[in-house]
Amino acid sequence: MATVTFDKATRLFPGAERPAVDALDIEIGDGEFLVLVGPSGCGKSTSLRMLAGLEDVNGGSIRIGDRDVTNLAPKDRDIAMVFQNYALYPHMTVGENMGFALKIAGEPKEKIRERVAEAAKILDLEQYVDRKPKALSGGQRQRVAMGRAIVRSPQVFLMDEPLSNLDAKLRVQTRSQIAALQRRLGVTTVYVTHDQVEAMTMGDRVAVLKDGILQQVDTPRNMYDNPVNVFVAGFIGSPAMNLLQVDATGGTMHFGGAEVPIPRETAEVADKAGRKITVGVRPEDMDIVAEGQGLKTTVNLVEELGADAYVYGTADVDGKPYDVIARVDGRKPPEKGQSVNFAPKQGHIHLFSTESGERLKA
Amino acid sequence: MSVPYKFGQMFIAIGAFVAVMGVVLFLADRVRSRKGEVVQTVVFVLPATLMIAFGLLYPGLRTIYESFKDASAQKFVGFDNYKTIFTSEDQITVLRNTAIWVIVTPVLATLIGLVYAVLIDKAKIEKFAKALIFLPMAISLVGASLIWKFVYDYKATENQQIGLANQVLKWLGLDTYRFLLTEPWNTIFLIVIMIWVQAGFAMTVLSASIKAIPDDIVEAARLDGVSGMRMFRYITVPSIRPSLIVVLTTISIATLKVFDIVRTATGGNFNTSVLAYEFYRQSFVSFNNGLGAALAVMLFILVTPIVVYNIRQMRKLEAR
Repeated sequence: MATVTFDKATRLFPGAERPAVDALDIEIGDGEFLVLVGPSGCGKSTSLRMLAGLEDVNGGSIRIGDRDVTNLAPKDRDIAMVFQNYALYPHMTVGENMGFALKIAGEPKEKIRERVAEAAKILDLEQYVDRKPKALSGGQRQRVAMGRAIVRSPQVFLMDEPLSNLDAKLRVQTRSQIAALQRRLGVTTVYVTHDQVEAMTMGDRVAVLKDGILQQVDTPRNMYDNPVNVFVAGFIGSPAMNLLQVDATGGTMHFGGAEVPIPRETAEVADKAGRKITVGVRPEDMDIVAEGQGLKTTVNLVEELGADAYVYGTADVDGKPYDVIARVDGRKPPEKGQSVNFAPKQGHIHLFSTESGERLKA
Repeated sequence: MSVPYKFGQMFIAIGAFVAVMGVVLFLADRVRSRKGEVVQTVVFVLPATLMIAFGLLYPGLRTIYESFKDASAQKFVGFDNYKTIFTSEDQITVLRNTAIWVIVTPVLATLIGLVYAVLIDKAKIEKFAKALIFLPMAISLVGASLIWKFVYDYKATENQQIGLANQVLKWLGLDTYRFLLTEPWNTIFLIVIMIWVQAGFAMTVLSASIKAIPDDIVEAARLDGVSGMRMFRYITVPSIRPSLIVVLTTISIATLKVFDIVRTATGGNFNTSVLAYEFYRQSFVSFNNGLGAALAVMLFILVTPIVVYNIRQMRKLEAR
């Protein structure tokens, strides 16, 4: 068990102009499940590989507990990693795969057998211990990869998109299994994914990266309620938050026909940006209002999910068309082609600077 | 006959072949009835079948038949020729040499190729280093043997040396050595030539195979605490095992059939003869037809199982 600290850790690939990971600062608590999430190329996998020792650190340092591991070999870091493609050794049986690290470490055979049997039991792999990986299904291989990590009882688990090769149903199932297992074992875990639903459902805390720069680290709840900038606001949540550039004059923000008062310091920022402000409203915070009292939206598509329905439409703000998504009552959704007016629920708007994208007081 | 005349003949022959095949295929294509497909299949398969029958099958059966006859192929002698192979002192030496060749060459050539491939993998000079060891493959075995004949050239110690090997011995303060004359080591020095040629082949195939090992498996192994020799033993070698077997068997086959090196370097003298050379010598130098045929059959019997095994392994490799 240990904490993990990224202290201004930087990775610059040879020949690249911009660092793949730029001065990453994260403190991960003992036993915490931290998810690194972001679009592809954001540096999340590179960060994980830096922690694993598979990637050099060009600046800053990484610590596991009190140990500085920045320049240690992977094997000396006391970590175990689950790879996206599982990386099972094809010439070894399931049992040999799981016990390999212990065998290399020179542990007695008796102990290895015991630990492998234990892990196989936890992961429901007992009947497959003597099989080769190619005789297993994708889900079983994924569990063997997990087992290989568990058997070592390391200080930190690293997982690099371990669910991306599973089908949708199995992914949801395995998602909760991994989270439950992690809680049970209490091992500090760093988990990389590009799927924000995975991030929100599994992590104790979530770290959002973009272009190698950390945007925000927070609990899923806080991340959802208080995104620090436009990027995080648009990335977290499914369907995504509606983000529109609207007029803000004299302390009032105009959301179509709806007028929402904004604090003075926010208004000052808006004034500097040519009286513009970026407003964000989650689909579930959009209310249907009477004509003239909200944003007039033409409905393009209605997704009926039973209890709810999602309305996908187009709204016109200052001559610019915006895509708008709203969650409405499933029993009486508007129809395709119809015009609807939306206004944000009171107290549920997010405001961002149009220039910097930073969150403003609402 | 002048060179242009021969070329002319060659072009006429090729042209005639193309014309005849063209006509045959054209006619086959015209058969539009239900039988058309059968006719077309036969037209395509028949030439190859005939060529194999005349060029391989008939001579093969004929050789087996003649291996039971005497030196002038007049009367049947039963298994006498085979008895000679296993009892005559000369022939036992041939068998011994062949055994040494087949055991030493594939193992050493593959080992050298493998170690070389691992050492230069991802090195800066990889391409150059690969070309260097692969180049001997481009030389014919006769050419290679001539080169090495010079390397092994013997002059008495006090004289000026023209052979590299003996010059090195002289530099080391040792007496010069008759590399190609002194038994039984001369066979080993001939084998060196074969290894020099085959190691490049082994290196190329194994290097490609090593590069095909997925990066994440190597990374997983590094996290599991493996490096250096243990990476080689636990990850690299098991991962390329099928290629290793194909390389070993392919070199074994080439070695069993080795003829050029023995012919060029020693002419099979000084007890360096091997099966493939001995069967040529018995048939066309000593005119002992029966014994020559029996040696050829021996060679065939030894090569066949390796070929079968080799093809099976290659199929497995493709199926992976």
